[in-house]
Amino acid sequence: MATSDPLDWFPLWLSLRVASIATLLVVIAGTFAAYLLSHKTFRGKNLIDSLITLPLVLPPTVLGYYLLVLIGRASPLGRLYEILFGQPLVFTWQAAVIAAMLHSAPLFIKAARPVLEAVDYRYEWAARSLGASEWSTFWRITLPLSRQGLGSLAALTFARSLGDFGVTIMVAGNIPGRTQTLSVAIYDAVESGNGRLARVLVLIVSGVALALLWPAAHVLRTGRSHT
Amino acid sequence: MSIEARLIKRFPGDRESEPFELNVRFQAGPGITVLLGPSGAGKTLTLNCLAGFARPDDGRILVNNELYFDAGTNVYLPPQRRRCGYIFQDHALFPHMTIRENLRFAAAVAPLDKAGRLNRHRRINELLETFELSDLAARKPAQLSGGQKQRAALARVLAGEPRVLLLDEPTRGLEARLRRAFYEVIRKTRERLNAPLLLVTHDLEECFELADTVFLMARGHFLQSGPREAVLARPATTDLARSLGVYNVIEAEISALDPARNTSHLRVLNQDIDGPYLPGHLIGDRGFLCVRQAEMKVLSPYASGVQNQLTLRVLGSSPSSHGVRLTFEHDVVAIISEREYDKLRGADTLRIEVPRSAVYFIGNG
Repeated sequence: MATSDPLDWFPLWLSLRVASIATLLVVIAGTFAAYLLSHKTFRGKNLIDSLITLPLVLPPTVLGYYLLVLIGRASPLGRLYEILFGQPLVFTWQAAVIAAMLHSAPLFIKAARPVLEAVDYRYEWAARSLGASEWSTFWRITLPLSRQGLGSLAALTFARSLGDFGVTIMVAGNIPGRTQTLSVAIYDAVESGNGRLARVLVLIVSGVALALLWPAAHVLRTGRSHT
Repeated sequence: MSIEARLIKRFPGDRESEPFELNVRFQAGPGITVLLGPSGAGKTLTLNCLAGFARPDDGRILVNNELYFDAGTNVYLPPQRRRCGYIFQDHALFPHMTIRENLRFAAAVAPLDKAGRLNRHRRINELLETFELSDLAARKPAQLSGGQKQRAALARVLAGEPRVLLLDEPTRGLEARLRRAFYEVIRKTRERLNAPLLLVTHDLEECFELADTVFLMARGHFLQSGPREAVLARPATTDLARSLGVYNVIEAEISALDPARNTSHLRVLNQDIDGPYLPGHLIGDRGFLCVRQAEMKVLSPYASGVQNQLTLRVLGSSPSSHGVRLTFEHDVVAIISEREYDKLRGADTLRIEVPRSAVYFIGNG
């Protein structure tokens, strides 16, 4: 068994891959969502804001349950995925990506909104009155001016994506060598009395998270200093 | 090149703010039009409506016969299609770009015709040259002084060949010397730009310096408008005269009028003042004599052969930027030089000469 080998690094590589992909997707989609929330007024904005906050407060099992309903093999989305890619989505490492996204996206969007709001509207107005479309204003003014803040948030998002346990185990399961991520592997190691493996993995997760948060905290505290 | 606008925008007000209504109608051609008024008058809101950052509830905006906004037919051009060069209070130069990149951005996003696009590069160099920015082109805005930023903001706006130039309190926070320099730059801009230039300020001196046309504004409305001289020399109401800050406003009654000899006679503080004929007024009309502080002469009570004078008790004196500011009873203020003041020092009452040509009467009601 793979788990009996204390030097099995698979969970680490899987977690890094899952977290990288999840972070990439969350930063792209989340920046877009945060832009809409910070720059637009529309009906149902507060409802959407609440829906985005919800995953932060709901138990992971509840979220996992919803996800199973949404992307399970019997659901329309799950079936569509199966038709497109020839395999079910649940209990694969791709499902772990979705779990990680659900875990980290709310945090990113919540924090990215004030970062985008902090860009002085006069820069955006100046660009618009010079003739720039909303899109190029976003791309060439808003985004570069919030780059540092969003970059730090991306680091935060990566660290958080690395750490999901509850939703992952519900929708991706605990299949050693296939869907067993770091946090699941730690649980597994503790359960099976493999104290040495648990200690190593715990230290790795803590170290990576700290290494990411330390510089990010510095930037987030000093603000996006564009003087 | 002209603007024609009627703007109505209402704010219902809440716990923190009074209800406010902007309701203005104006036309502006090439040259400098100044919106002068205290803060909260709606000056910046007017600019924002023109530029497309605030949507009026009613009215229409026509620039060079192109409809920018019309409440009736629901036309609303977005800001990027209005080509309004907007100079913001703190310049709003993009901090992550160099000055040249700022200008390049403006030229790249402006909806220029083909010739304009081909000449882009040359135009940018030309503008950098004109505004004395060539040596600073590679710097970021943070490395520029206030005056340099000001010029860069103007150059950037002109790179897009705007149809209208909007300036929101452009000299706020600049010291006197830089202000003067900026007035020169604005005048230069007026020469090269055949477009209306709308400037918002609460600074009377700035208005005197730059305006071709003045709109006096308060609480969302225009109080008076016209060529600069007409507005500043002939304020329509005593409130306006007082708000301009350069007038003495003294109660008066017309005691004689003679259109044939172009004379009038005013009873002011139980003393007599002669003036030119006052058309549109009748003998016995009560109102106010308005005299610019700078046009009054202060004389010793022993001076002889002086016509047209008021004898007033001195209440105090204080230094001012142009000499000494003397205050008299009835809120009369005069500004005289240090040397004159030395001669008059210590007197309880002084005589004030009101030149006949300076007499301006505003009737009650």
